[in-house]
Amino acid sequence: MTSWPGLVLRGVILALVVALVTVPEAFRPVFAPVAPTPQQAIYTRTSILSLAMSHLALVAIACAAATIVAVTLAIAVSRPGGAAFRPLSRTIANVGQTFPPVAVLALAVPALGFGSGPTLVALFLYGLLPVFENAMTAFATLPKTTLDAARGMGLTRAQRLWQVELPLALPVILTGVRLSVVISLGTATIGSTVAASTLGEVIIAGLLTNNTAFVLQGGLIVGLFAVLIYDAFVLLEVWLARRTGRATTR
Amino acid sequence: MIEIDALTKIYGETRAVDAVSMTVETSSITAIVGTSGSGKTTLLRMVNRLVEPSSGEVRINGERTADMAPYKLRRRIGYAIQGHGLFPHHSVGRNIGAVPRLLGWSKKDIRARVDELLELFGMEPDAFRDRFPHELSGGQQQRVGVARALASRPDLMLMDEPFGALDPIIRARAQEDLRRIQRQLGSTIMLVTHDMDEAIRLGDRVAVMDGGKLVQYAPPEEIVSRPASDFVAEMVGDNERPIRLLALIPVADAMEEGNAEGPAVAATASLRDALAMGLWSARDALPVERDGEVVGRVTMDAIRARAERPE
Repeated sequence: MTSWPGLVLRGVILALVVALVTVPEAFRPVFAPVAPTPQQAIYTRTSILSLAMSHLALVAIACAAATIVAVTLAIAVSRPGGAAFRPLSRTIANVGQTFPPVAVLALAVPALGFGSGPTLVALFLYGLLPVFENAMTAFATLPKTTLDAARGMGLTRAQRLWQVELPLALPVILTGVRLSVVISLGTATIGSTVAASTLGEVIIAGLLTNNTAFVLQGGLIVGLFAVLIYDAFVLLEVWLARRTGRATTR
Repeated sequence: MIEIDALTKIYGETRAVDAVSMTVETSSITAIVGTSGSGKTTLLRMVNRLVEPSSGEVRINGERTADMAPYKLRRRIGYAIQGHGLFPHHSVGRNIGAVPRLLGWSKKDIRARVDELLELFGMEPDAFRDRFPHELSGGQQQRVGVARALASRPDLMLMDEPFGALDPIIRARAQEDLRRIQRQLGSTIMLVTHDMDEAIRLGDRVAVMDGGKLVQYAPPEEIVSRPASDFVAEMVGDNERPIRLLALIPVADAMEEGNAEGPAVAATASLRDALAMGLWSARDALPVERDGEVVGRVTMDAIRARAERPE
């Protein structure tokens, strides 16, 4: 995992993405060949840095909210009393996933107006399912003897949840969060069709003006973000799983 | 003293445990033995109320367990199970200190207790305290599991097939360790097993369960020599009865004055060990030694006399 080539590659990707975001002008020669004119090789209408930051912030807020809701729901239905609601909650999470994000945006705009609001809603709904499904699996596959011992030793319900169940479920829950974050990073670009400020703005500008350079520039940054964040999550999961002695799961 | 009074558990139509009454003396090991489905585990789990009794009650030193909050009751009772149930995300030290921490002991006291228990179980504290359960062998995990159950010096310790997951050699060692530690600490233990050998070896008294009922509750010698029913006799095993009986008697009990040839047997060993030595070396008598000195002899005739069916 932490081999030399791996570390070097990560460093290079990180440096590249930081440069793309902070000094986009430096990449003019790179994108110029695919731009209609050399002047249009780099998107300059809005600062790339501010677009990237607001893109990441949208994803972070939506995924954090989705994680909190999905994990809470999974905890509730994994209690003996909540078992009856398991199929229902699964259906709700699935419906959230089936809605095309464009449809969610279209439906949310009349209610929330243009801007970040509808995008947040779409990303939130999209993020629910992977986290929920993984959290359900995590709670269902906790080692039975450990839970029995915890109860037999006199841990209260709350203590069992916070000290035993959640820490042991964490690596599997994180896998769900990782999926949800990566999906959201891509989906967030569509938010720019309803005036949310995300890196999608660059891509859409490129599509509207037939400028491949803009599409590449926006797409490249989003893609590299996804690679780096995915990788960081995997490292965290492996570290946690190793600590708890569970086999590393992907 | 633990008093179990007409304890019953009914699941639907079946009486999993049917009006079981027994008294467990302080500082003794009671082995509850039976086939699977005999209700032995349910009986054990009703003591710390992991299973709520349908009727009947349990009193620990006169206090009714039904009057206590379950989690408080459980903190007073040690609990060790098959497959140890250690917290995989906590170090060995934190696992052992779990109940003392729940009870609000100071950090210093917990640490001292953890080290004391690790030493007691033959595990170097500095080497093991900070390891994680998955870094230990099966036998070590099991010892940590038992140490955890003993950590708060509980009034009573419940053990459900604690050695079930161990291979025979490590299992025998774990049983010896438990016996030694129980004698040293004076703990009161109720232990569930499906293995009559284990029950006889460990129990000061053996409770045999069948179909939810307690069919015999007696010292191991009596279980072996005077089984209360055909079921108990079958559990003991007809062919093995004389051997089991010999295993319960120390050599010192059958010792007489005199000398014998060849290597000596320890006075604290069982007559079964002496019989095996005698058969193997084709001797009619063995010298008996205590603290390295020969103090008498034991003859094969004397051993045979002790293995006969009691009147």
